[in-house]
Amino acid sequence: MRVSADRGEEHARPHFHSELLVRDISATAQRLRIAVLEMVFGAQSGHIGAPFSAAEIVASLYWHHLRVDPQRPDWTGRDRFLLSKGHASALLYAALAHRGFFSTDELATFRHLGSRLNGHPDRGVPGVEMAAGPLGHGLAIGCGMALALRRDVDKPGAVAASSSHATRGRVYVLLGDGELDAGLIWEGVMTAAKYRLGNLVAIVDCNGVQQTGTTAEVMPLEPLVDKWRAFGWDVQDIDGHNVGAVLAALDRADEIHARPSVIVARTTKGKGVSFMEYDHRWHGGVPNEDDYRRARAELEEGLQAWLR
Amino acid sequence: MAALMPMRAAYGTALVELGRARPEVVALSADVQTSDYSFMFGDAYPDRYFNVGIAEQCLIDVAVGLAYEDLIPFVNTFAVFMASRALEPVLTHLSYGGANVKLMAGYSGLSPQMEGPTHHAIADLAAMRALPGMTIVSPADDVAMRALLPQVAAWPGPVYYRFCRNEVPRVFDAGYAPMIGSAHLVQAGTDVALVGVGTMLSRCMDAAEELATDGVQAAVVDLHTIKPIDTEMILRVAGEAGAMVVAEEHNVLGGAGSAVAEVLSEEGLSVPLARVGVPDRFAESGSYYAMLDKFGMGVADVVRAARKVIARKRAIRNS
Repeated sequence: MRVSADRGEEHARPHFHSELLVRDISATAQRLRIAVLEMVFGAQSGHIGAPFSAAEIVASLYWHHLRVDPQRPDWTGRDRFLLSKGHASALLYAALAHRGFFSTDELATFRHLGSRLNGHPDRGVPGVEMAAGPLGHGLAIGCGMALALRRDVDKPGAVAASSSHATRGRVYVLLGDGELDAGLIWEGVMTAAKYRLGNLVAIVDCNGVQQTGTTAEVMPLEPLVDKWRAFGWDVQDIDGHNVGAVLAALDRADEIHARPSVIVARTTKGKGVSFMEYDHRWHGGVPNEDDYRRARAELEEGLQAWLR
Repeated sequence: MAALMPMRAAYGTALVELGRARPEVVALSADVQTSDYSFMFGDAYPDRYFNVGIAEQCLIDVAVGLAYEDLIPFVNTFAVFMASRALEPVLTHLSYGGANVKLMAGYSGLSPQMEGPTHHAIADLAAMRALPGMTIVSPADDVAMRALLPQVAAWPGPVYYRFCRNEVPRVFDAGYAPMIGSAHLVQAGTDVALVGVGTMLSRCMDAAEELATDGVQAAVVDLHTIKPIDTEMILRVAGEAGAMVVAEEHNVLGGAGSAVAEVLSEEGLSVPLARVGVPDRFAESGSYYAMLDKFGMGVADVVRAARKVIARKRAIRNS
């Protein structure tokens, strides 16, 4: 794990997560990939590459880090998770269903007429906090939520900000790296910095690939860490498929109270299936029968590796 | 001539009053608060006021986040930007997502006057009307501004609240009690019905006065709610008068005139109709009332349109 070193004292506390927990969440991420493959193959429509790159991030959030209650999706004390890269909808639906927000049987209706699991998510699905699809919205909406959620703790004599996590939900926004092309993202970046939204965490699923090519070809983003830092954010640069690193980065982000925090998670588009990795054609590509069988076999093999 | 009352001060004052009554109301600006007078809210309640800078999409989205946490955000920027640059967030999160955000679209129509056509809002009603779930309200004077704003706050769902930048003739007295969704009959009349939106209501009233000197009895309707439109009132006054003029500060395509035409034709009520508004072109820089006169929205234009539809009505009845 690489960590930015601009605020040494904030790094003092180690973040330990057991090997068992890491293996368990890694296996869950792999199960989510299998669920996504089933959904997209079943619908013959949808996105695979983005869900596969973000699987460990989403599994780490929903199976360990987020305070959510599947029985009470609107519980006011919950953490808010905003999927800004809405084309990763299959991953969000799979996570919510497997986490118990609704039945896993419903996943088979993904993108079908009459299903609430629309191609891109909306608030009609239990656990979904915002409509997504048009890219660039999550961060600015997250700013609004974070402003609202800290309102009470800002009042004189109210709970100190440092203990706000014990009483108040926090806001986590998952962004795509291609999504950072959108100017609206940087409007949100500046707004979060202006209001010093310490209760806001952005995670960039930095898979390096967008619809028609690599991010380097389409619209170069680097030096990404320097950019976020220059905008006043706390930055961590991690391996987004390493569950231990993801969990530690999330813990550490929660300890930053004076400013917003971003985790630049380096990932692989299409992670887990050899012929999908790094290939922009699997951004929105749909597997045929043969693709499906080969992908499924590779994902099962990957899952077994975590279960051994 | 009725007294001219400043709409911006009326708005700022009404917003502060609203904030006093409803602690869940917050306000946001895209750094135009000194223009639209939303600064008054910020001065009164600094911890409930957010300036996101010159970033109209961010303006909407931050408000969406606040709305999803059960606050009632009033967002402030010029009408033209609300309905163009900010339109996609409005479509995605207010119309589709249902976020309870109130769009305070000051600087309506040609009221940004000298700022010129880039600042004039002449297509905003068309854009907002096409959004499912969007309610569109436009107060005609400072009394209406104050009467309608609390209703906007209480209305379940997003509202586009469109109002003039300038001093406008006060047309209502303290007894004015509008209800969102119900058009208000200012005066009855059997020869022609004049339907006015925003500042054009006072011009319809002036036109009615002028027509009366010729013995023409004009009904005048205050169409403060453009969507959902009051079908019942439109059919009633159009049926009684047999001829109708709709006057608005907007392109004649897609605005209130179009909405009324849709009602009449779909309900099968065949009465001559004229739309007074911007004739599908851009205006220019100039003083407000002179521009209304120059670009087809003068009292004389309303009178001319009224005489035209009355003549057509008679021609049809005599044929």
